[in-house]
Order: sequence, then C-alpha cells, then structure tokens
Amino acid sequence: MKKVIGYSSAWSVMPGDMLDVMVSTYGPDRYRANLVRVICGNDVPDLDIYREEEIPAPFAGEHPGREQITIAGSYVTIPSNPLMTGLGSFTVQAWVFPTTPEKGTQGLVSNWDEVGTCGFALVLDDDGAAAMRLGDGSGGIVEATTGKPLAKRRWHLVSAAYDAEAGTICVSQDFIGPQFEVSTSASTTVSVGFTPAMASAQPLIMAAMPATHPAGRPAASQPFNGKLDRPRLVGRALSLTDSAALGWDALPHERDRSVIAAWDFSREIGSTRIMDASPNGLHGQAVNLPSRAVKGFNWSGHEQNWRCAPQEYGAIHFHDDDLYDAEWDTDFTYEVPVDLRSGVYAVHLVADDDEWYVTFYVRPKRGTATAKIAFLASTATYMAYSNIQWTWHEHFGEVAECYWTTMEPGEVFLQEHPEYGLSTYDNHSDGSGVRYASRLRPVHQVGPKTAPVWNINNDTHILGWFEEKGIAYDVITDEDLHKEGAALLAPYSAVVTGAHPEYYTTPMWDGLKTYLARGGRMAYLGGNGFIWRCAMSDALPGVIELRRAEDGIRYRDEEPGEYYMEFNGEYGGLWRRLGTSPQALCGVGTVAVGFDVSGYYVRKEASFDARAEFIFEGIGDSEVIGDFGYFAGGASGTEIDAVDFELGTPPHTLVLASSEGHSAKTMIVPDEIGLNHSAMGGDQNPKVRADMTFFETPGGGAVFSVGSIAWPGSLPHNGYDNNVSRICENVLRRFVDNTPFTMPKG
Amino acid sequence: MHKIDPTRTDLIEEFDSNPGGPHSLELAVVVNLLRLIPMEERIIIVCTKRHAEWTLAKMPKARGDRMEYYEDMVFDDYYAAVRKVFRIRWQAATGVELG
Repeated sequence: MKKVIGYSSAWSVMPGDMLDVMVSTYGPDRYRANLVRVICGNDVPDLDIYREEEIPAPFAGEHPGREQITIAGSYVTIPSNPLMTGLGSFTVQAWVFPTTPEKGTQGLVSNWDEVGTCGFALVLDDDGAAAMRLGDGSGGIVEATTGKPLAKRRWHLVSAAYDAEAGTICVSQDFIGPQFEVSTSASTTVSVGFTPAMASAQPLIMAAMPATHPAGRPAASQPFNGKLDRPRLVGRALSLTDSAALGWDALPHERDRSVIAAWDFSREIGSTRIMDASPNGLHGQAVNLPSRAVKGFNWSGHEQNWRCAPQEYGAIHFHDDDLYDAEWDTDFTYEVPVDLRSGVYAVHLVADDDEWYVTFYVRPKRGTATAKIAFLASTATYMAYSNIQWTWHEHFGEVAECYWTTMEPGEVFLQEHPEYGLSTYDNHSDGSGVRYASRLRPVHQVGPKTAPVWNINNDTHILGWFEEKGIAYDVITDEDLHKEGAALLAPYSAVVTGAHPEYYTTPMWDGLKTYLARGGRMAYLGGNGFIWRCAMSDALPGVIELRRAEDGIRYRDEEPGEYYMEFNGEYGGLWRRLGTSPQALCGVGTVAVGFDVSGYYVRKEASFDARAEFIFEGIGDSEVIGDFGYFAGGASGTEIDAVDFELGTPPHTLVLASSEGHSAKTMIVPDEIGLNHSAMGGDQNPKVRADMTFFETPGGGAVFSVGSIAWPGSLPHNGYDNNVSRICENVLRRFVDNTPFTMPKG
Repeated sequence: MHKIDPTRTDLIEEFDSNPGGPHSLELAVVVNLLRLIPMEERIIIVCTKRHAEWTLAKMPKARGDRMEYYEDMVFDDYYAAVRKVFRIRWQAATGVELG
C-alpha cells in the first residue's frame, strides 16, 4: 500500500545547515515534494485539529522516483590484502555461537567470489553444520561439511584447514556447551581435487558472505545470526590438536609466525573498528551495528562489566535484521534558510494516492534563542520507538495495549519490509533483544498523520496549543541536549517537555539538572519520563543504545552479564535503579500503565497554597480537571507518574492534584512492586494515579509536572478552551516572567 | 483458567453496544481471553484507507510475510470491524457459530 517513503540525514538542523533527503517509491516513477511546518499532526477527522502550513522551498515540485534498496544484516568487512589472497595451505577458525542454525546457509568467515568461484568460505550450511567451501576460479567448487548441525545457543570452535600438499580440507566443530548435553562435536576430511584460487579482489567478510549492492557498492548476503569470537587466519594447515590450541590461545601471533590475523573483538568496543591483534594489522569495520560488549566463549561469570574483563567480552552478536544506515542515494539537499523560524518541519512526499512525511526539527543557531520557551523534542525516545513492531508479534501484545490488533498502512509496510529494521522494543529474528535504534533509515510513527498518536504526533498537541495561544517557542532536541548540555538550555526562561521523554543519556540528564539548578524552569507535560538511561555515540551519530537491565517495563529480558552499554561502558537500565530517580528531577516518576480508560485530576489541598495560586487562576475550587481528551477521554492516562518522597521528590513539593477514575487494566509497573499481588489495577490500588506537582528551586527556578502521557491530548478540547489548557497557560505565563521563584521557608 | 460460556450471548450484546469499553468485569475477562488466542489463529484489523476503511486480515506468521486480507470483510466504520473481530474470535474460542 505504501508507494513513497523517505528519511533525512539529520533530525535536528539549524539555519544554514544542509539537509539531505532520501526518497524511495514503490511503483510510481514520480513523486511530489514540498515543505511544511507541522503545527498539529493529529488528523483524526472528528477532532478537526490537524494543521500544517506550507513553506516555500527550492525542492518543491515533482521529482523522478525509483525504488532504493536496503540490505539489513550486520557483518565485519576486512579489506582485501595480499596476505589473504596469496594463501597456500591455511587454517581459518572462529568460536561460533549460532542462534538460528536452522535458517539456511550463513557466512562465518569468507573471502569468497561467487561470480569467479574462487576463494574460501567458512559457513554454516543449509543443515546448520560447519562447512568449508573452496573454488578453483573456473566454476569448480568443493564443499566439506561435518554434516552435524551446531547446537543452538552453544559455543563451538569451528575450524577449517586446507592442506595444499595433501590436497585436503579438514573441517571441525568442537562443542563446549554444558556438560550434561549431547556433544555436537564433529569433523570431516575431504579431498579437494584442484588447486584453489583465492578471491583477490574481495574483502574478507565475517558473519555473512560477500555480495554487491544493486547500486554497485560492496555489501553482504546470507547473514549469520549469533556470536563470533576470536576469528583467526593462519598460513598453514593445523592439525585438530593444534587448531584447538590456537582457539584457546589469547595471543597466538606472539608465538606463531604463521598466524596471519588474530582478530580481537574486545578491542575498540564502542566503535565500528575491528582490530587485528597480529603484527599484520588486518583491521576492518563492523557494519550495521552488531552488538558488541557481549559475553565471549570464555565468559566466566565472575565479572559483569566488560570494561573490567574485556578478555571475556571478545564476542560480537550479529543479527540478520541489524541496520544502521540505509545508505540511500540523496534525492535533494535542502539548505535551511537563515530566516526559517525554529519549529517542527517535514518534507511532505506524495506519490499517487500515498504520502509520507520526513520530519525534522529546526533549532536556532547554536548559543542563541528566538523565544523564551524551548520545546524539547524527545528525539531519543522517538528513536527508541522507531519502527516498533512489538504489538503484532507478541502474544500478550493485545492485552498489554488493551486493543484489537489494528495495523496502519505504514505498519503493514514495515511488516512486509523487514529490511527497515526494528525498535528497541522488539526482538531480533533470533529472539535476542534489540539494543540499537537508528534514525538513518525510513522510520514510521515519527511524524504527523501517524497512528497510534504517540511521540512527536502526540507532542504536536502542545505545538498546536502554543500556536493557538500565541505562545512563542523554539524547538530543540534530545540530540542537541546530549551534545551541548546546559548551555543549550541556558538562553531560555523555560523548557517544555514532550508527552513522553522516556529515554535520557547521562549528558542529557546532567544538562537538564544543571539548567534547573541554575534557575531554569521546566514544565513536564507528559508521563513515564526520565526513566531509562540510554547512550549515544560520537562515533555512531543518529543512533541510541539501550540495555534494559534489571526491571521496569522492559518488554524483554536483557541478556545476563551484558548490562553495561557498549557506547560508553555505563550501566544500563532504569535511572531509579542507578540511585538517580526521576522524582528527584521533576517530582514524579512512573507508577502505572494502562490504555483502556483515562482518568481525571481532582484538586488537593496543596493547590490552594499561595505558592500555587498562579497555577489555578481561573480554575474553580472543586473543578474536575481534564475529564476529557483524545486519549480515552481523560488527561490522566496511558502512562502515569506520581510522587515518591523516599525516591527523591523534593520535600517542599506541592502535590496539587491527583488523578482518579483509572481502570483495573491500568496497572502498577514492575519497578514499583517487590511482588505480584491481587490489587495491581487502578480500580483498587491507590498508587495508580498521576500527581500534578510544583516545586521551586534554590536558584530561582521551578518545576511543574503533570505525570501523564495523555495530558497533551486534552489541550485541544473545546477549541483549546478548557482547564488543562488554562493551567498550562497559567504556568508558562509565570515561567517566562524572569522574577525568581523563592523557596518556601523550611 | 476461565472458559468462555457460549450461552452468555448477553456479553456479545454488551460488547456490541460498547465495543470500545470500559466493560463489565465479566466481559473484560472474555475480551482478554479473546485477545490471547494463539497468534496464528488471530484475525486482525488493517486500516486500508486512512480514517475511512478497515479490512480484516490474518495475523502474519513471520516478519516479511505478506498480509492476507479477507476481501469480503471490509468496513467503513472502525468499531464495526472490531465487532466482527470479536464475533469471529468468539466463534473460534467456543466452537459455537453465531447467527
């Protein structure tokens, strides 16, 4: 059904920047493009709140369209080298931990030319057995296989030795799994019958087979699912005994001059660099974000932090659905005009009866502000969710989301095109959790007119409200905050968050905290915020890493022993488990999740405190707040937060209002309970509520929080004339007044 | 484990009158059970024209599988599609045909 999709080289740009736009069509040979400013992206017809504004742009008009090909699957590539291509007798080996040995031929370590039928290829064959292929360069191929499938999720030392003198290949697989299991060790020796020709022009590829992309650039095919550790190449044929000794030797090149390459994946973790520990320096690159900092074949369990025992974290986990950069050809480049107002923009693509929005964020020039309020777009969270497919592949997806599986056209497209990769909520095809999510690919749900209304599309309820109320604002993003910290926020009187700022890197957290401590103000107009620690990397721009350590609504278990992130070595998981809870930052933290019914807020005694008078101006003493809205009819819903003074809610925090009316299916989150019990739902559990809070900071700043993702969906109700809107306006009018807030007397 | 009582057609009527919920406790349990039938047996809803048309389809077995649509089950009202899914799954769970 999708006929046009696209993505851009960046999400956050500033005036003067160049933005590359990549487009692919499916069927149509032409498409139209124009630039729009996104004001409110919720296009549910009955609401009549959708607004976009066309902006003149040089690229506006018709363009030729064509399908651009994306190839998923992670692998390692080592440039061709005479040491590899001049081989006589040789041995190639690697520790192999297959996760889908049954899926068909998968490359392990190959220097293979399919067209020229030359080189060698160590593979798992169609039966999942270790096999070695050699070619004579003129169509002749011999393949030796052990004939016995490797055991799934068990380590094996896989070796293949070509003996030029004997004219034989010996292939072996040595099982080192648990002692109580049947061994899958096996070996075979076969005659070759010809003198192999080496693949002189091909790179050496690990975890896949060499291939050529339709656009002509090098690529890979037949990707491997699983882990590889210590791949080695030796310039002589090793006996089985010597081969085993090589596999267990951490530094074989120091004693054996015949070692051509001894790749050590524990070096340069956090980068794409693949290092050869041997003096030959046959270094290479990892492509498409395989998972590094993972347990090696020799992991002892004594250490959980890869930085403390890198020698036990020498494996890489490859997946056939990993994707970092789709690497499409650029259709056009947009130079962001110097006078383009800060805001959310999109390149609107139309082909036949289909459309797509390539959404991006225009911030002011670095170090400047054009308004007193900054809207902080939660782009780390948008990335985490990008191309989410969890709900239609998870048995409990419907009862978790309280819905009947309903797929939008964009989701159908993702289902039928798995090459566009996954979100950090999904599992890879081998069942392991996805840890990386990139924006350098077409991403569904990150733009206007997407359903379910979530992330940026929900956040545009706030932008639409800004516009309606004439409140001037700039737009900045999480990536900007990660790079620039508090300096990014310093020019602003107030920061307004989106509905769901869930994922925070340490620099983002520190930047926001410093801004608030120095007198900044924040209106947290969402829920389930500041929950997970994630990481970004200068070496890999446009991607976040996440390790869902311990508990929380994590959708999957994180692999034991792999809780420390690859990008920066930090321990992953919930901020509250790190001793730094969201309650300490914004007053509230996540308590419950539920999607069937939303609640409403009832004022509490603290709302009548003189300190809060400005917030409730024009609101009746007994007025129910937010018993309306887009999200199941209320302002308190989907994912909600409450105070917890033990977890760090500042003692002087005013709990202005709390929500009521939650259903049995709005349930307490795992991080809030030490045990399951029979009162988990909002119909019985008093902890299932959203708290609206306010507190001042010693630096003259203040924080206002609503603790509900549903809150922004209530802003447009009744033409933006309602008490949710009124409270927000009261708060922001005061927050842009630079008169310092004063701390209450203790 | 609860089992759906096929004689409780009053719950079907309750669902038909308010498919979006909230539901009575008895109906909420039934809804959960129908949302937990095996993935390969699930009939789902696909929006085939944004805000205008919904078509029932089989839940795809694996990523990359093409959608299989029921071309005779096309609705111009979302909740009409929801009601149909509820009935199909009720029949599948109870083995009792509904009129």
